[in-house]
Amino acid sequence: MIDKKTKQRVVITGMGIVCPLGHDVETVWAGMLAGKSGMAKTTIFDASTFPTSFDAEVKDYDLAKYTKHPELHKDSNRGSGFAIGATAQACRQAGIDIETDAPADGIERSRLGIYLGAGEGSVDNDVFFAAIVEGWDPEKNEMDWGRWAQVAFGRMSAMRELEQEPNMPAAHIAMLTGARGPTRSCLTACAASTQSVGEATMFIRRGDADVMIAGGAHSMIHLLGLTGFNRLTALSTRNDSPETASRPFTAGRDGFVLGEGAAILILESLSSAKKRGVNILAEVIGYGSSSDAFRVTDMHEEGRGAIQAITAALNDADISYKDIDYINAHGTSTTENDSIETKAIKAVFKEEAKNIPVSSVKSMFGHLIGAAGAAELITCVLAMRDNIVPPTMNLNDPDPQLDLDYVPNKARKCQVDVAMNESFGFGGQNNVVIIKRFRDN
Amino acid sequence: MKPARVVITGFGAITPLGLTAGDLWSGLCAGKCGIRQIDAFDPVGFSCKLAGQVPDYKIREYLPKSRRKSVKLMSRDIELAIIAANEALLGSGLITKGIDSEKVNINPERVAINLGAGLISCDLVELAPAVAASVTDGKFDIQKWGKDGLEMVTPLWLLKYLPNMLACHIGIIHDIQGPSNTITCAEASAHLAIGEAAQIIARSDSDIALAGGAEAKVNPIVMIRQCLLKRAISQDQNDPASACRPFDADAGGSVFGEGAGMVVLENSENAEGRGAKIYAEVAGIGASNNINPSYERLEPDAKGTQIAIEKALADAQIGPEDLDLIIPHGTGQPGDDLAEATAIEAALGRAAAKTPVWPTKSMLSNTGAASGAIDVIAAVCAMTDGMIPAAKNCDKKADGCNLNIVRQTQEAKINYALCCSYTYGGQTAAVVLKKADSK
Repeated sequence: MIDKKTKQRVVITGMGIVCPLGHDVETVWAGMLAGKSGMAKTTIFDASTFPTSFDAEVKDYDLAKYTKHPELHKDSNRGSGFAIGATAQACRQAGIDIETDAPADGIERSRLGIYLGAGEGSVDNDVFFAAIVEGWDPEKNEMDWGRWAQVAFGRMSAMRELEQEPNMPAAHIAMLTGARGPTRSCLTACAASTQSVGEATMFIRRGDADVMIAGGAHSMIHLLGLTGFNRLTALSTRNDSPETASRPFTAGRDGFVLGEGAAILILESLSSAKKRGVNILAEVIGYGSSSDAFRVTDMHEEGRGAIQAITAALNDADISYKDIDYINAHGTSTTENDSIETKAIKAVFKEEAKNIPVSSVKSMFGHLIGAAGAAELITCVLAMRDNIVPPTMNLNDPDPQLDLDYVPNKARKCQVDVAMNESFGFGGQNNVVIIKRFRDN
Repeated sequence: MKPARVVITGFGAITPLGLTAGDLWSGLCAGKCGIRQIDAFDPVGFSCKLAGQVPDYKIREYLPKSRRKSVKLMSRDIELAIIAANEALLGSGLITKGIDSEKVNINPERVAINLGAGLISCDLVELAPAVAASVTDGKFDIQKWGKDGLEMVTPLWLLKYLPNMLACHIGIIHDIQGPSNTITCAEASAHLAIGEAAQIIARSDSDIALAGGAEAKVNPIVMIRQCLLKRAISQDQNDPASACRPFDADAGGSVFGEGAGMVVLENSENAEGRGAKIYAEVAGIGASNNINPSYERLEPDAKGTQIAIEKALADAQIGPEDLDLIIPHGTGQPGDDLAEATAIEAALGRAAAKTPVWPTKSMLSNTGAASGAIDVIAAVCAMTDGMIPAAKNCDKKADGCNLNIVRQTQEAKINYALCCSYTYGGQTAAVVLKKADSK
């Protein structure tokens, strides 16, 4: 492989978000600082009899606001649709031209890449279940595939089936932006979009791209997704009080609240950003990835993998744990995550652990799964910009075992020059990204 | 700091040609075809009734005793991945916890895992009783599902279908604690995963990586998608061995299948230090996008494939004339094959007419997220043995295809080989491999 000699510095020059708190960065940020909740009764389908009948949905989203060619994206699943909106916003901020054959933004398209953490689209519920009902023979306890196929071939739409593939959000972003650089989509469960930002950073450092459209897009608010999480007993069942159901680090936490959305960051080499004269929002300085290699169902009890990923990110950034001013926690509001994450932070940050503000914004917009990490990294950039850290809401009955400074219930002014974002996924996937206030030296 | 060289020190494959990489290579050399009538389910009513299915195996035989209870959490994709990973690690001489917990010779924190995986479709037969319990007046009733059906779904159901579970199960079996990623770019996944793993080693974030891909496509949902998208063949199914015809004038579509391919990548100093057999070097990688309003197909000139090839050659610091073998994606879908041929020609220029091109899917079927890894292993075997087996079913090249398709088995000194892939949705990848001892 080529010796790329100089390691490029990587900066953030644009951000876009579509999430349950709003469809643009400033609305979402204002909502977080005000401690708003994006949770309510499920409306995408009838979940009234499910163990969990609420979620955090993106409401009133209008794709046509973001693209001149909605016809190109008419079959897109919810995640892809959100990805288009978040990308359009991020590109606007970074001065990247979209939907044009003659971009004048100074970025060669073969050096503009995409890296998403993205998940599956919903199955086409009507035909999916109708075909099973038609084909299943309960007497024989077997499927008559001929009858199944008759319904399925007759009623399935080829494009709606294709749109369930997890690489589709990246496909729509490529159409929108004309990106011809390295493109990948990854799916490491709830850690996917922190991983995508980390690996996208590596592409730029290595010199394989000048600009990367990085982040995540996902909606698991579909019938089978909700079923799966309910069966895992991973979700809160506080159906009588959706707004306060996501309560990370409390004694009464009983699971996460399923959210959806997309979050996109434009990562750029410092030399490209300077050449193009665009505003620099922050610098990405560290990335660490690890796996628990423990159980598919549980995190390692001592947070072994989490500790390794945090340590790797600090080493990559070449800083000490003492340099971190703010931690955006994975903080899902599950019994297991919040206590093990706390343990891991204590193990790495030692005497400093209790002095660092640690908050979970999942208390407000829920768990965006594949898009969670990128949405939370955007939060870190904004915390740094405004020197204010968002709160962990609904923290009224602290778990006595969990004794860090979780920024309870109220945003707080404090100096943030270096922030760390943690994401941990099912199966033991751990990813951590560290950003820093940009200084040109 | 100069990036580390990344070499291949082990490989494993489970394919329609057999349960091992040895079966794969001997099958390819003998011109065997792994495509046959589907028997995983009754394909009556399907426009394509053919697939590449792997021979029977018993997954428990591939698992350490302590892990056998976890088979109930494994979809077929996971099983295939585990089998190929075992072979790759065993062949590399590395001793993991899963191979012999007493003699481990790796540092788990310095081993990465990077796999390509598909969209794992749920097992409809597993789900059906719960669906059947949620019917009112002959129709699926979602309220009944929430009350009754849902409870009948096995509690850990979701964990069988998360694409990252391939890497997680393997990571647990072999105690792999380093960076872990799962690439979900459909048929380009394995090349992209191998490329990323190579970069992780090159930047010293790990010394060793298990990389590749796995996918089990022989189930009704995946098959019907390929039929509806008109990517699967719909005629000429009486002779399965001649059904998939990449770059041939009579090609009528692709045939889908299942499999897994895994390679052990290693920092060259690490490999040399422990006296490992080095099969090849990952010399260059490239990736890009095809952009097409009809994103289920390649754009006509497959520019994204051309860019990926050009980048991979530049990364390897070689020119097109240095290539001795190309394994294209070559699915048998006529429009896509022609577009890919156009891109290879554009990227290689004059060298395109003489460089041997060896499509493999006529024998292996299109194994989706596994296909790129299986092709890399085929290329490594060709390099090692100094021969390129004959391509099958390209009797008369399609109009407009000017590639030098290998018609007869030939001896060849292969210093550099190129593998390419692309997928619906646009992502493309290219990997340049270098023979271990070539300077």
